[in-house]
Amino acid sequence: LQHPQNCCVEILDAKTKEKLCFLDKVSPPGSPAFLIWDPLYVGGDAQWYPARQSIRLDPKGKSLKDEDILQNLPVGTTATLYFRDLGAQISWVTVFLTEYAGPLLIYLMFYFRVPFIYSPKYDFTTSKHWVVHLACMCHSFHYVKRLLETLFVHRFSHGTMPLRNIFKNCAYYWGFAAWMAYYINHPLYTPPAYGEEQIKVALVIFLFCQIGNFSIHIALRNLRPPGSKTRKIPYPTKNPFTWLFLLVSCPNYTYEVGSWVGFTVMTQCLPVAFFTLVGFIQMTIWAKGKHRSYLKEFRDYPPLRSPILPFML
Amino acid sequence: MASGEDDGSVEEKDNHKKRTISPFALAWLTFYNIAMTAGWMVLAVAMIRFYFEKGTHKGLYKSISKTLKFFQTFAVLEILHCAVGIVHTSVIVTGVQVSSRIFMVWFVTNSIKQIQNEESVLLFLVVWTVTEITRYSFYTFNLLNHLPYFIKWARYNLFIILYPVGVAGELMTIYAALPIVQKSGMLSVRLPNKYNVSFDYYYFLIIVMISYIPLFPQLFLHMLRQRRKVLHGEVFVEKDD
Repeated sequence: LQHPQNCCVEILDAKTKEKLCFLDKVSPPGSPAFLIWDPLYVGGDAQWYPARQSIRLDPKGKSLKDEDILQNLPVGTTATLYFRDLGAQISWVTVFLTEYAGPLLIYLMFYFRVPFIYSPKYDFTTSKHWVVHLACMCHSFHYVKRLLETLFVHRFSHGTMPLRNIFKNCAYYWGFAAWMAYYINHPLYTPPAYGEEQIKVALVIFLFCQIGNFSIHIALRNLRPPGSKTRKIPYPTKNPFTWLFLLVSCPNYTYEVGSWVGFTVMTQCLPVAFFTLVGFIQMTIWAKGKHRSYLKEFRDYPPLRSPILPFML
Repeated sequence: MASGEDDGSVEEKDNHKKRTISPFALAWLTFYNIAMTAGWMVLAVAMIRFYFEKGTHKGLYKSISKTLKFFQTFAVLEILHCAVGIVHTSVIVTGVQVSSRIFMVWFVTNSIKQIQNEESVLLFLVVWTVTEITRYSFYTFNLLNHLPYFIKWARYNLFIILYPVGVAGELMTIYAALPIVQKSGMLSVRLPNKYNVSFDYYYFLIIVMISYIPLFPQLFLHMLRQRRKVLHGEVFVEKDD
């Protein structure tokens, strides 16, 4: 079916239906939709930079993507599109780096017993329990790994997120890091009840899950060529840590929960257990969402897989 | 804010698009709301009788505490109603509302016996009673599709006085409890212990009091917006997310 040539585009505000912009003589049919976004940026409100613009066919519908072409959209000769301001945006990379750098530094402040945290006689002293040093190494390793992954491994589908997310996310990560670090590095800290055995088992769990989590991140990166936004079903690779894909849609979350369970057992600290629980709940919600969108997008999605816990959740 | 009657109610929208629930759910909710209206009326009568017989509020809390605890705790069911979907309100808003009431009843007035005869306790008890009787009878009549205007009026106007007064009563009660909590160290956990955690109920209560500052205006403004929408048919443009 030959689609009529588009000749004009009008852009209305999704809420007020006010006409914001009218483009006549849209050059050759098939121009990518994003060409129409710049007039808003230039002629319209200068603060509406492209990342903030949501253009859609229906005021309450989903946003069109950068790659969408006018000719392929169900519009007549005059395309009516709706604009919504997404609010100030910030890049994912910036958010991740900020929210991970915080816990790294904050924990170290408690570890080194910087003044005004504990009683002055403990300033700049070190804990006499070796598990406290081990915990600091594990916690720091975890966040250094996350920072490096953000810079070198992850391929983000979206460039930006709403600005207020950085405050929410940092409050969460930084707040919990301070709460956990306060007790683990406290002069009155009590080491695990089952001593060395408990710590060793916990460390093995922690390291196993850190390697597992990293393996999944690499596998997910390799699914997607650089610069592309294609989506494919992830499958197990030669790396045994990725075999968890057989049973679970989001093994990166599974391993992440495992790491924190390990850290909880290692430190035997209730605030850590609480942090693990909250993280588990959040990651389960994300995993269920991801699982659902996999099922919707791929007819041949492996039926054995659960979102985050094999056979359970 | 326990005194607020806010439940983030979306039920008002039902006037425009009737959402149907099963006859069983309808019957249960009607029974529940009638029972709660009756319960809070019993409380109101008991309080009035005590005051007229004894001429003082001292000992009043003790005389009604069992009934109060029973009916206020029963309200936890409202969270379930939202979760299951027979009441179209946010689970979180209802959860916060009911939790703050449970907190006041069980963790302040019930646990800290020395403040039970404070005037501020009587203050919020009166506010809660009037609020709940209005609210539950509103729901009852709404479910039966026979809502007298005066109940609708009461529900969306009384809060303007009741809400701030109730909050004042709650805050004054918690404030009065502070020295007792600090001295007794109740509900607190100190270091060292094998779970490496500590909790100071005294500072926790202070944090609770401070949290009223951001929370109360938001909830109050929400009720004002509900009021303008329901009583004056104003349309609000939704805020983008």
